[in-house]
Amino acid sequence: MLKLEKRPQPSQTWIYLAPVVAVIATMIAGGALFAALGKDPLVAIRTIFWDPLFSEFAFFYRPQLLVKGAPLVLIAIGLSLGFRAGIWNIGAEGQYIVGALTGAGVGLAFYPLEGWFIFPLMVLGGALGGWAWAMIPAVLRVKFGTNEILVSLMLVYVAEQLLASMSLGLMKNPQGFGFPGSRNLQQYPSAHNAELIAGSGMHWGVVAALIAVVFAYVLLTRHILGFHIRLTGEAPRAARFAGVNPGRLVLICLGLAGAMAGLAGLFEVSGPAGRVSIDFNVGYGFTAIIVAFLGRLHPLGIALAGLLMALTYIGGEIAQSRLGLPAAAIQMFQGMLLFFLLAVDLMTNYRLRLTKREVA
Amino acid sequence: MTAPVLSIKGLTKAYPGVVANSDVSFDVRTGEVHALLGENGAGKSTLVKMIYGLVKPDAGSMTLQGKPFAPAEPRAARAAGVAMVFQHFSLFDALNVAENIALGMEHPPRLADLAGRIRDVSETYGLPLDPFRIVGDLSAGERQRVEIIRCLLQDPRLLIMDEPTSVLTPQEVDILFETLRKLTSEGVAILYISHKLEEIRTLCDSATILRLGKKVATCTPAETTARELAEMMVGTVLHTPERSGRALGDVALELSGLALRSPSEFGCSLKDISLSVRQGEVLGLGGVAGNGQDELLGALSGELRSAPEMVRMHGKSIGMLGPIERRRIGLLCAPEERLGHAAAPDMSLTENAMLTGSLRENLERGGFLDWGRAESFAKAIIARFDVRTPGPGNAARSLSGGNLQKFVIGREVMQRPEVLVVNQPTWGVDASAAAAIRQALLDLAAGGTAVVVISQDLDELMEISDRFGALNEGRLSRIRPTSELSIDEIGLMMGGAHDMEVAHV
Repeated sequence: MLKLEKRPQPSQTWIYLAPVVAVIATMIAGGALFAALGKDPLVAIRTIFWDPLFSEFAFFYRPQLLVKGAPLVLIAIGLSLGFRAGIWNIGAEGQYIVGALTGAGVGLAFYPLEGWFIFPLMVLGGALGGWAWAMIPAVLRVKFGTNEILVSLMLVYVAEQLLASMSLGLMKNPQGFGFPGSRNLQQYPSAHNAELIAGSGMHWGVVAALIAVVFAYVLLTRHILGFHIRLTGEAPRAARFAGVNPGRLVLICLGLAGAMAGLAGLFEVSGPAGRVSIDFNVGYGFTAIIVAFLGRLHPLGIALAGLLMALTYIGGEIAQSRLGLPAAAIQMFQGMLLFFLLAVDLMTNYRLRLTKREVA
Repeated sequence: MTAPVLSIKGLTKAYPGVVANSDVSFDVRTGEVHALLGENGAGKSTLVKMIYGLVKPDAGSMTLQGKPFAPAEPRAARAAGVAMVFQHFSLFDALNVAENIALGMEHPPRLADLAGRIRDVSETYGLPLDPFRIVGDLSAGERQRVEIIRCLLQDPRLLIMDEPTSVLTPQEVDILFETLRKLTSEGVAILYISHKLEEIRTLCDSATILRLGKKVATCTPAETTARELAEMMVGTVLHTPERSGRALGDVALELSGLALRSPSEFGCSLKDISLSVRQGEVLGLGGVAGNGQDELLGALSGELRSAPEMVRMHGKSIGMLGPIERRRIGLLCAPEERLGHAAAPDMSLTENAMLTGSLRENLERGGFLDWGRAESFAKAIIARFDVRTPGPGNAARSLSGGNLQKFVIGREVMQRPEVLVVNQPTWGVDASAAAAIRQALLDLAAGGTAVVVISQDLDELMEISDRFGALNEGRLSRIRPTSELSIDEIGLMMGGAHDMEVAHV
């Protein structure tokens, strides 16, 4: 008979092993899924994990890794701070959209003026927009005890409506022949988040993600605020005893997560995406939740997990176009990753024991 | 000599890394109360679990009333005539007494019949209890009666009781003892687990003492002093805490008319609590659990805020200050619940040292943490309070309860408090460690600290406090010098057997 037994201490081995095992299990289960869809599982797995990095067209895909990974990492770092403290911001997608709208709005307001100060102001605008959107669930929770999971999630759909309204109305390109969507910021040098090194995929968003990783690492390991965040997540009552003000922590964590998601939105809209459009958001805010957990809510882990998730995005697109895999199958594949991670995670705090059935 | 009801021979049970019981043998005779004594971790609960069929022994055998006895599960043990009253009750608050008892039965009779049987048994054994009262309205003592009656309905030959008096006032303890004596006079054997040595000396006919999983002695408690019993449990000579004569200083902490709603629905709100503690004084606050102890600690630690002037330190109003500001001015606290309140279970001892020590031990500078200093601080606590652990990197939850308690108390004591408030400082701690903790509290007082000890252990409060008060339903009794109090008076201060019908055996 198999029995789960709580470990006296969390296993250090399994903390690091769990993501690896989860990735392998995802490959196996995903392979079975692809086989059931009539595709060769080995080819499909190779297309997703190998081709973007090492195939003959890899020079095209590798920069994409940074382009797609940066927003994931930036958002996931922000989310992980709250998750560590047991504050569940599920609405990063909405904060991402609003950050993009406010940031782009600042840029578009200056059009066609050129000046070095425009882009920094846009960055500020993006961060503030995401922060403000996250403050709605934060203040509601602190003042009225509402559930931040529901409020932040529902605000995503509000943000999507706002995005649609903006791209069809206020921010619509006056010279766009009536098509929805704003002016293309890539064609407005002062507002363009261009590649820092041509062909590398490296833009300001990637820099911001790197800074966020370092910032979160120092915060969590060396600063009293990070210590209080961890303490609140592990033992809320002990945190209050230590002197943590839970309401203040909710405001800080949701605020930081919102600001980072807003930044990610701004860097995306002013760079790779270029303009505000109805279908501007592609679910980074939700995928970042997977990234945060896949990275063990640890800044360095999140950086790696963000790259891995970007890989499945790019590989998934290749598999869709080349093998004709349905998009839903790719999403399910990504979902499996979180599913297996949570399942394998059990091994960190528990161990399996084989017990002989006791004779009655 | 009467025949043994239960005879245990060479019982052994090993868990990975620890031998819980090694070759334990003893007899429990008909009509006796047999004490099972030992420190935490000595193997008492494993032994009892084997008797009750919850754990299967690796080696050894048992006989019950002359027949081989190897229960595979509690149901088999119950069928053979073994009943057990656990330390923690398993009752549903929303159901009445009879319904709760019916739930534990395999073939419950009709509720009306059961109620009749409950009345019979409760009257016979002097445990008055109305079968139709809702359990949620019962006091701890009455809940225990429900558990006892549940056992008695099985007509047991052997009744196991695990620390039954920890939730009772002295008067309630007297009632319980009457019941147990009546049971033994009818030939029931009782296996009685307790830490309270005086209690065992009053009640028990014989005692088996366990240390580190082995039986070290069998004795007759009435002919042995409490000190001898304790030393057999610990295996070393015990030092009684010594108090030096000391002059009291100014009033350090003062509560005036403290009233506070409990944040918890099942908590106990504080009502008009006034007290003062002088520098160098130990104030003991007794009371049955759940009468406002947690709330009072919260109001002092700053987790619960009150009107500013309700709490004063050195004359300054501090009721509105939070935990960090209170630590800054030297008001330190150690809550009762070690895991999850005083310490974060999954964090290391170093991190737990940081938890309250960051400010007074200079472990942070401008918000940045100095982990090196935190580790030294943790090591210093471990060394001075003899905390048994491989090192400060170990998680708090890996320590035994008593060791973690030493760490938690030590962490506050070593921060040189001006006022120290502790709730249940030696709960679940073995005798020698308890003595060390009490000594540390007395030393602190000798150095001029005002100490408030909230405890349910009356012997402890008698031993270390200068003045004594009792909490009862969120109110504080008049505070009186300990030296002029008798145990009976204390019982009355604690509310006596209030709310409980008095037994007439």
